[in-house]
Amino acid sequence: MSLVEVRDLTVTFVGRDRTVHAVGGVDFDLAEREVLCILGESGSGKSVTLRALMALNPAHTTRVTGSIKVDGHDIVTADARKLEDIRGGVVSMIFQEPMTALDPVFTIGQQIGETIIRHEGVSRATARARALDLLELVQIPSAKRRLDAYPHELSGGLRQRTMIAIALSCRPRLLLADEPTTALDATVQIQVLLLLRRLQQELGMGVIFVTHDLGVAGEIADRVAVMYAGRFVEQGPVAELMTAPLHPYAQGLLGATVHAGKRGARLTTIPGSPPALDTPTTGCAFAPRCAMAIPQCTGAVPDLRRFGDRAARCIRVAA
Amino acid sequence: MTTPQTLLTVRGLQCHFPLKSRLFGGSPGVVRAVDGLDFELIAGETLGIVGESGCGKSTTSRLIMALQKPTGGDVLFDGRAVGSDTAAAGIALKDYFRQVQMVFQDSSASLNPRLTIAESIAFAPKVHGMGQRAANAAAHEMLDAVGLEPARFAQRYPHELSGGQRQRVNIARALALRPRLVILDEPVSALDKSVEAQVLNLLADLKERFGLTYLFISHDLNVVQHVSDRVLVMYLGQIVELGPVDAIFDAPAHPYTKALLASRPTLLPGQRRADPPLLGDPPNPINPPSGCRFRTRCDHAERPCSDTPPPRAPAGPGHDAACLMHLPGSGHSAAQGRAA
Repeated sequence: MSLVEVRDLTVTFVGRDRTVHAVGGVDFDLAEREVLCILGESGSGKSVTLRALMALNPAHTTRVTGSIKVDGHDIVTADARKLEDIRGGVVSMIFQEPMTALDPVFTIGQQIGETIIRHEGVSRATARARALDLLELVQIPSAKRRLDAYPHELSGGLRQRTMIAIALSCRPRLLLADEPTTALDATVQIQVLLLLRRLQQELGMGVIFVTHDLGVAGEIADRVAVMYAGRFVEQGPVAELMTAPLHPYAQGLLGATVHAGKRGARLTTIPGSPPALDTPTTGCAFAPRCAMAIPQCTGAVPDLRRFGDRAARCIRVAA
Repeated sequence: MTTPQTLLTVRGLQCHFPLKSRLFGGSPGVVRAVDGLDFELIAGETLGIVGESGCGKSTTSRLIMALQKPTGGDVLFDGRAVGSDTAAAGIALKDYFRQVQMVFQDSSASLNPRLTIAESIAFAPKVHGMGQRAANAAAHEMLDAVGLEPARFAQRYPHELSGGQRQRVNIARALALRPRLVILDEPVSALDKSVEAQVLNLLADLKERFGLTYLFISHDLNVVQHVSDRVLVMYLGQIVELGPVDAIFDAPAHPYTKALLASRPTLLPGQRRADPPLLGDPPNPINPPSGCRFRTRCDHAERPCSDTPPPRAPAGPGHDAACLMHLPGSGHSAAQGRAA
């Protein structure tokens, strides 16, 4: 059985003035111990998809259809009480901005302990001892002293490690990560990425990692899904996707990414900008920007067709 | 071919921010945001500045743009001291701003939401004495130059544009006075990858068309490598290495530059690293380490490193590094055998 099973997921935000079709039909599975990176630009629906896995999108304005199963639990139909058990215990999440995710008026020892007490009903003393173990697990130096520190007393890298410690405190089967290294400096980013990779292997978690940075995906993913305008347009093993992308959007994204060896040369660009998602797309959402588009592209939304262990949502990709 | 001409000289530039004094006495500290910079900008080049947050790269750009008063040192433009309009050899700020303009990272915060984009672009030319009609025509011309059709965009407001379009407007506004030097402070950091490439191509075109010199500040090493002729690496308010882009990226001399380059994530899973090149976070600039500021995170640190701040020593043609390993007779074991 897969750890995560998502079928025909759509997420729509209904507001008074406009309705946004943020996710327009996403299907995927995540195996135990697998690391999936969802790669996409802002507004592609990658963070919304991730939050749907924990039912974190605002309840009163969000319409979710389709099914989401995480470790056998149905997330879409779960009530508030059930969700509280699942969040933290089965699946937990780390965010981009540790300073806004941590509570400024509690010490980090209290914040780690809170989750453990809620899920396992242990005493404060036991929770504190576990918090200390967790700080050591995420390699925070002088962990004992840091238990009583407040978030503002820590550097950005240590805050992010603290958030990882909170997320791992009840040994979740699935860890969701929403751009957790984007706000960090280069020399700290690589430390946190390597830490996450080591913890994932040691604890045997499944991880879904959302990022816009191809390099982050290259460093941590087993499999990559490229998202555009609310749908997966390509997915496959990381090495194949990085070296020979199938979908024209994935090709454009790689061509537009500045990396060594392109100095002074003109970058290939994708003309235009992504579509507004006020109405559901009826054809290929990328067709208006695509150099390979033909009239049939706008007829119907292309299927995500399989090519061995890869898949692409484009009628122009030959088998 | 003409000989390279210095456009801007930075001498001993320093900016210390005082901290609020403590409640119960004790001397209030200072943040040594920029602590003694010396470098030159050659006309026609792109000089990239890289470094992590808190290293002083943005403060440096604000000091050069005269948005911030330095606590020491000076900036010379065309050999004339910036801001000292009384001195015969100086250049008044108003004249300086015709020659030097800046583009900021946050494209929406740097545009006035109540002005149409044509009004924003025409604003500076009008301040500098251009008539309404001529300034408006100049704004349309600049919009065209940055790839925004004037008929469609001139009367729009900033909130009606995408992030990439707004950054194009900021570039148009910076170029409206036809400056010679443009300071670009993280101009593409807030943009999506596909838009980033469009803006980088545009900046290259405009540089050629208007004969510009760029000071390009970014934390993204790949972008800096792509656009720069020379690269300056900063750490805790000081220059650790300066040299031609190929020398910096192919044969970095300073241990910090090496670690920074090695920290770049790879696209290929076959090249993944096992260990991070550096441990810990950069130290606090309020109380930087003595001697070499990088020594607390450096694998090669020896006793002399904590005594003296290392001066910049030659590491190749037009390339120098502030590391005792490159300074003959410094007492560092790796410096032995270097010709004095």
